[in-house]
Amino acid sequence: MDLATAIILTVVTASTPLLLAALGELVVERSGVLNLGVEGMMVMGAACGFAAAFTTGSPSVGILAAMAAGMAMAALFAGLVLGLVANQVACGLALTILGLGLSGLIGQGFVGQKLEPMAKIAIPLLSGIPVLGPVLFRQDPFVYTSFALVGFAAWFLSATRAGLILRAIGDNHASAHALGHDVLMVRFLAVLFGGACAGLAGGYLSLVYTPFWVTGMSAGRGWIALALVVFASWRPGRVLFGAYFFGAMSIGQLHLQALRGVLPDFLVLPGQFWSALPYAATIVVLVAISRARGRGGAAPAMLGTVFAPDR
Amino acid sequence: MRREFLRTIAAAAMVAGAMSLAGGEATAQQKMKVGFIYVGPVGDFGWSYQHDEGRKAVVAKYGDRVETTFVESVSEGPDAERVIEQLARSGHKLIFTTSFGFMEPTLKVAQRFPNVWFEHATGFKRAPNLATYDARFYEGRYIIGQIAAKMSKGGTIGYIGSFPIPEVVAGINAFMLGAQSVRPDMKIKVVWVNSWYDPGKEADAAKALISQGADVLSQHTDSAAAMQVAQERGVLAFGQASDMIKFGPKAQLTSIIDDWAPYYVERVGLALEGKWATGAVWDGLDKGKVKMAPYTNMPDDVRAMAQATEAAIKAKTLHAFKCPIVKQDGATVECKGNGHLSDEQIASMNFYIKGIDEKIPN
Repeated sequence: MDLATAIILTVVTASTPLLLAALGELVVERSGVLNLGVEGMMVMGAACGFAAAFTTGSPSVGILAAMAAGMAMAALFAGLVLGLVANQVACGLALTILGLGLSGLIGQGFVGQKLEPMAKIAIPLLSGIPVLGPVLFRQDPFVYTSFALVGFAAWFLSATRAGLILRAIGDNHASAHALGHDVLMVRFLAVLFGGACAGLAGGYLSLVYTPFWVTGMSAGRGWIALALVVFASWRPGRVLFGAYFFGAMSIGQLHLQALRGVLPDFLVLPGQFWSALPYAATIVVLVAISRARGRGGAAPAMLGTVFAPDR
Repeated sequence: MRREFLRTIAAAAMVAGAMSLAGGEATAQQKMKVGFIYVGPVGDFGWSYQHDEGRKAVVAKYGDRVETTFVESVSEGPDAERVIEQLARSGHKLIFTTSFGFMEPTLKVAQRFPNVWFEHATGFKRAPNLATYDARFYEGRYIIGQIAAKMSKGGTIGYIGSFPIPEVVAGINAFMLGAQSVRPDMKIKVVWVNSWYDPGKEADAAKALISQGADVLSQHTDSAAAMQVAQERGVLAFGQASDMIKFGPKAQLTSIIDDWAPYYVERVGLALEGKWATGAVWDGLDKGKVKMAPYTNMPDDVRAMAQATEAAIKAKTLHAFKCPIVKQDGATVECKGNGHLSDEQIASMNFYIKGIDEKIPN
């Protein structure tokens, strides 16, 4: 395996959890709900996914458990913000804190245990293509799923009636409600979808990325996913680009460091710069969006506002 | 039921108050409360995990005579002061604060509670009721440097750093001094992940180092991620903080294990007898605070060399920072210790030794 392929393969593993979590959150936000609890759902997915896979010996059960854990957390969030009309920002933050604590409790007995890395599935013929083959067609199920989800989300949001309703609710819930759409039910389903994606992203961390469990192993990836949704200006295709862009940056800087001494010093920027980059890039994009307002692509109008049907 | 509960609380509060007034000696009949404050979660399988193993050893040793409390994931800073004070107020007689960043808060609380004993790990500020303790991890790094130099085929070591603080820099230097003692032209590549604790990033750093030609990995971060990557990619690696052989049965050469248990058992024992006194304890392999995991995946001659070095360090006939120490720029470091660098020089090390083609990031 040559250096380029090796680097690209690491970029794929670094980007996949970001892509999965951000796609879920994108759908949630397009329905007008802001769930800041991605980190909490993700880490719960990691803990439950590992616990289930380790106990049963089946990675598939682990994947399902990770998604279920994310969805359970999302359901709790939905109960608070949709059912009880609580503040979304506060509940989302609380969900993160709860997830970090609860996952530590669940994972307590699994610290210091390990799993075999999940087997990669090679697609016949295609995986034989040089460079692209091993990168795109000899991967674990999570990577294939993440690509499929990008396509699904893009198709669902832009080409289906249900997607249109979801976007309408995100842009004006009062009108959508007046037209007879069930705002709360659509949002509930969107939030559940977001939870499943975040849980899946967490499962990826503890089943594939580093197949063991330690407390707090999501290490801020949920926050990057949140920033990524804004960076992508709420478009699935751009989430794909953004996730791989952020992933490539974080891997690229590690390789640059290892070349210190070979490369001129100014190329080897401090690690803190790269850690801050996703957020800095997001701010730049936010500014760009607000300057280009009116040409579409901006935030869903109802993002973060609560909705209580009057009857 | 409720009234009884309240009465218990009141009684507990009175006992606590009495204890903090009682001062000096804890009687044998009374349970002595010992508190521990951790910077990370006990589930990190690294730094805080090892401290908690030490706490468990105290419980196992003294049983009913002690009652231990721990508070995990306490952030360094003002919050720590509140937590430490809380423990001091609630009748804890001896309190261990186990991270460098707890230094100032521990000192402040220690001044307010002269009858409570405090111990701060890795710090340098002391008081009549505040002792410090640390472990000489660099001793282990000298040994693994020697092993790495013997085991590396390509002659390049990959080193995953956390933050460029003196402890980590001294670790890299000790590692290279060990490596150079058997192979003077040894090369090292250092990648900083700017985190103590991000398994994903540690794994990525390990992969980056391997694809750039490193065939032995060493780390100064806490998780077993790099070990797992080494196992998968068929290279060798050293574990950190705990024995990681389970994560790399074919990869782990050895692991530098933190073992706080003997120290905690000893100090709590002194406190129980009322003989606790302040001081600064910095020991390592000799006292078993730093331990080497079994030497595995290496030929017998390399194992014998490692064991001989370990024995020499224990017997104090060998010091990792034996003078002369030459800096990157060729300048010789002033020798302030007895034939080796002084503890203070080691604890504040901010330069790389000659032979490391790297720069310390700032």
